[in-house]
Amino acid sequence: MNKDLTKKLAPGHATCAGCGIPAIVRTVLGATEEPVIVSNATGCLEVTTTIYPNTSWKVPYIHSAFGNVAATASGIDAAQKALLKNKKLKKPAKIIAFGGDGGTYDIGLQALSGALERGHDFLYVCYDNEGYMNTGGQRSGGTPYGANTETEPAGSDSFGKSKQRKDLMEIVKAHGIAYLAQANVAYLADLKKKAKKALKTPGPSFLLVLQPCTNLWKFPTSQYVNIGKLATETNFWPLYEIENGKYTINYTPSNKKPVEEFLKTQGRFKHLFIPKNKKVIADIQKTVDENFKKLVKKAQAS
Amino acid sequence: MKVSFHFVVSLEIIIYIFMEKGGIIKHNINNAPKTGDWRFMKPEVDASKCIGCGSCIEHCPEAVMELKSRKIKDKNKKIIEIDYEYCKGCGVCATVCPVKAILIKK
Amino acid sequence: MAKIKSKIEAMTGGVAMAEALRQIYPDVMAVYPITPQTTIIETYAKLKADGKVQTEIIQVESEHSAMSATIGASASGARAVTATSSQGLLYMAEMLPIASGLRLPILMCVSSRALSAPLNIHGEHGDVMAVRDSGWIQIFSENVQEAYDNTIMAAKLAETVNLPVMSIMDGFHTSHTTERVEICNDKSIKDFVGTKIAEQSLFNFKNPVTFGALALQDSYFEFRLDQEEAMQKAKTEYKKICAEYKKISGRKHGIFETYKLDNADYAMVIMGATVATAKDAVDELRKKGKKVGLLKINLYRPFPYKEVGHEIAHIKKIAVLDRAISFGAYPPLYNDIVSSLHNAGSHKQEIASYIYGLGGRDTLQKDIEKVFKDLEDGEISNKIKYLK
Repeated sequence: MNKDLTKKLAPGHATCAGCGIPAIVRTVLGATEEPVIVSNATGCLEVTTTIYPNTSWKVPYIHSAFGNVAATASGIDAAQKALLKNKKLKKPAKIIAFGGDGGTYDIGLQALSGALERGHDFLYVCYDNEGYMNTGGQRSGGTPYGANTETEPAGSDSFGKSKQRKDLMEIVKAHGIAYLAQANVAYLADLKKKAKKALKTPGPSFLLVLQPCTNLWKFPTSQYVNIGKLATETNFWPLYEIENGKYTINYTPSNKKPVEEFLKTQGRFKHLFIPKNKKVIADIQKTVDENFKKLVKKAQAS
Repeated sequence: MKVSFHFVVSLEIIIYIFMEKGGIIKHNINNAPKTGDWRFMKPEVDASKCIGCGSCIEHCPEAVMELKSRKIKDKNKKIIEIDYEYCKGCGVCATVCPVKAILIKK
Repeated sequence: MAKIKSKIEAMTGGVAMAEALRQIYPDVMAVYPITPQTTIIETYAKLKADGKVQTEIIQVESEHSAMSATIGASASGARAVTATSSQGLLYMAEMLPIASGLRLPILMCVSSRALSAPLNIHGEHGDVMAVRDSGWIQIFSENVQEAYDNTIMAAKLAETVNLPVMSIMDGFHTSHTTERVEICNDKSIKDFVGTKIAEQSLFNFKNPVTFGALALQDSYFEFRLDQEEAMQKAKTEYKKICAEYKKISGRKHGIFETYKLDNADYAMVIMGATVATAKDAVDELRKKGKKVGLLKINLYRPFPYKEVGHEIAHIKKIAVLDRAISFGAYPPLYNDIVSSLHNAGSHKQEIASYIYGLGGRDTLQKDIEKVFKDLEDGEISNKIKYLK
């Protein structure tokens, strides 16, 4: 195993072959030399890395429940402040919370909102695989329009998810935190830069990281990087930062690809390629373009 | 019959006494399954082609790629080596390699 | 031994519990308001604002987050506390077995109140009974003095057995009633409770640990048994802690209290604030020559089956009063008393079940006297009776 990369998270965990989550975790954890405490919501990452008696975590780690990772992290932050005050702790540690899109957009949104409003000193990393993947691919608030999932499947009467996904970046931005960024597991250098910035920022910070799921987006195990890149090359998942309310787009594709290039690689969008659903692809393209235009405007106004 | 019952009960008690309170566990790599067992395809590095760029290292989900110094044709080169104990054979390394130095074989 | 200085105050249950917390000195307290526990957290928040305590207070956005934050803090090695009632207790119900399963010594003050629907904010035991199987130690209080004493002993008990503890007082009846309380001095409580020594902590970077693993079919059972073992140990430890507390306070508590039970023909088993009224009824009836007595349960979980059985196995007619309803079944305390007596090998008793005080309804002395009259007149059946 790679000695450097496995200093904080060891191999021998049960993530699917070709899963992007470990790369996200190792990149974020590797962005600091300070001691780190990890709080993790129930989900793919938690279940695959802590099957008794094995734990792949070589840093202090806590999993308590599904929708409360930000609240648990709040408790750790308060305890840290108390321990520092009582001189039981000399140097503060970095508190990093990991949650999937299910545990962040939906059931964990309240706890995240509370933790951001209270201004706890922690980094929240949402690994977004656009569905409740650990439980078999049910739709979440982060699932994109038109995707086929187990609880909102495509069929003769449906083209899959009928509503747009939540704009989580805007929701988090509305809490007025100093640093948040959208990243992609296919661009690890960019993710590492953002993680470093986030960890240096006092108070709460937030990273939303796209993580293509080989199992439930339905693509071959070797493809997460290529598909992740397509997501950004089509403007479906732009890379940007919001620092103190100022937007910066980190990468504008010189040859923007049509969103169809991204959709056709995955089994979860296969149903969109029948004539009946052509309009859905057109709608997706329209939304992607509109959203990117809005983002560009915000970046220019910043 | 009685002997085997006592054996089973004692084993349970032993597990129970040595069990971590609250299920709070420490990392021990020996407790981890050797996920190399999952493989049905195996990535192999072509040492002559590998340029030691390290692109595959951070994308590998199992972190089994490491640059090692090797003598290739009388020259010291840094080449990727794979830890097959944990490699699940996903093939991500082959797709990100800029010079197609990794081949996926059965 | 020189009498340790204490002072007499007039306090409500809420203020008294806040005072107990102040003396225990938690590192972290997660607060979320709900009637009738809010006076606890408001009193404590004012203490912090006036610099009298240095606790890190987290004003969380829900009770579920209150317990989650308390778990995070406790796992970090800090002494962590919170307070709640009713709907709040049920909102955090998911987290209660997690706190217990992770063996965290969390202290929670509960001002017990009725459950919705319909909405009712008054005192009852419905909420705490709904979570009696969550692996938390449950201690009930009769009055403000006990609310104060039990909260302090609960803090010590939690850290002794590494299980979370609920210190329970009846909503409004105790939490909002001003009574005379004797407050021990700060130093004696500080020494009694001691410093928290966490065996495992998230702040141990040399030997990092993982809290909250996934235990499959091959190990989950044993973890539960390990917790149960700790629960049973709590009974013995609680007795020791009560004895130790007597030395500094002069007041002796125990897993239960017997009141004029010695030569009683008829006994009542009851918990919580209504015990005070019941004691008055017992006194009145004793004056009239009736041989009545009562058993007040303090430690409800772990339930002292053996000790209770031993105490009342000789009494022929018993009434068990529950301040909670268990739909489709006999109420909780009744079931536990019947089990105690059955385990004690006693089969010759008549045990009547009564439910009283739901939704904060007052139970008067005459209602209690009627219960004893029922026992005396042989008006005992296996139908639950209601003191409404």
